[in-house]
Amino acid sequence: MSLPLLADLAQQFALLSFLAIGGVNALLPEIHRRVVESAHWLTDTDFAQAFAIAQAAPGPNLLIVSLIGWKVQGFLGALVATIAICAPSSALTFAVAHVWDRFRDAPLRRAIQHGLAPVTVGLVLASGFILARTVDQSVIAVGLTVATVVAVLTTRLHPLWLLAAGAAVGALVAV
Amino acid sequence: MADDNIVSATDAAPGPAAVPPSRRALFLGFLIVGMQGFGGVLPFARRMLVEQRRWLSEREFIEVLSLSQFLPGPNIVNVSIIVGSRFRGLSGSLAASLGLMLMPFLIVLALAATYAQFAAIEAVRGATNGVSAAATGLVIAVGIKMARPLKGVAWQIAMAALTFVAIALLRIPLLWALAVLAPVSIAIAWRMQR
Repeated sequence: MSLPLLADLAQQFALLSFLAIGGVNALLPEIHRRVVESAHWLTDTDFAQAFAIAQAAPGPNLLIVSLIGWKVQGFLGALVATIAICAPSSALTFAVAHVWDRFRDAPLRRAIQHGLAPVTVGLVLASGFILARTVDQSVIAVGLTVATVVAVLTTRLHPLWLLAAGAAVGALVAV
Repeated sequence: MADDNIVSATDAAPGPAAVPPSRRALFLGFLIVGMQGFGGVLPFARRMLVEQRRWLSEREFIEVLSLSQFLPGPNIVNVSIIVGSRFRGLSGSLAASLGLMLMPFLIVLALAATYAQFAAIEAVRGATNGVSAAATGLVIAVGIKMARPLKGVAWQIAMAALTFVAIALLRIPLLWALAVLAPVSIAIAWRMQR
């Protein structure tokens, strides 16, 4: 066990917690930049695997953070990273929840919401782009990504079926 | 009273559930939500909170959701914090968020450990890559769906495009990108509504 590494994990994800406007999906490019490109804790392949396993598990999509912690420092790392990504934003939410309703119709609140909406959209689309570049290493993988996008936009299939279809195709043709 | 939860749209501040849920109930309610939520937990949270346990009206849920999306952090965790605090204060928030995260956390680690055992098998690696590719498609599709309401609002499209370029192409650190883009975008929104 390495205390400096644990502290580094905690500090990295605690900061990201405050930056996670639009949830963890919007954070993926920054997480990739930090843990793969800067800290070299994970390779691109590790990152893609962690992303896949986190998506295949039930629960919130922040679980990729738990897996990064796990990769860096085992169970304790997973625990520290998960708490670090949740605790700061949760404390803020707890504090704000009590005063928020009083500002229900305040113009500033509306401006903040309308202003952040397009930034969030840009962040999520950037996540999709970075993920595609990391994950789609073959023509079949690109095809799976495109097919999933089309399926989500044109059908009402549950996302789990689309992940299962991805797994089946991947297992059969070894993407 | 619990049956009488149909709040009219004009009722701005409907009261909390007739019998506030206990910490244990909060923990268990969110525990089940956490285990169900494949590919997005929010629909399951809505079903539990509004339809099954009736802790919130539909309108209250939308308000809780919009606040949790507006604040930083994982949205569903924020929902659990707000709902927990509404009924039981700090300990309610802790019970709800712990319930939400406990099982997914353990399951994902078990999955990762299992995966490590079988990673050498080609079909397993192929399946994982297939899931990654499909899950990437899910993220892109969510982005496209979120972009639809921006249609026709030129400055919002421009801000979304700028954010995309800054993060995806220029790889500017998120902190610096947000420090510039968020205030600029909020300022434009502020001017536009005058």
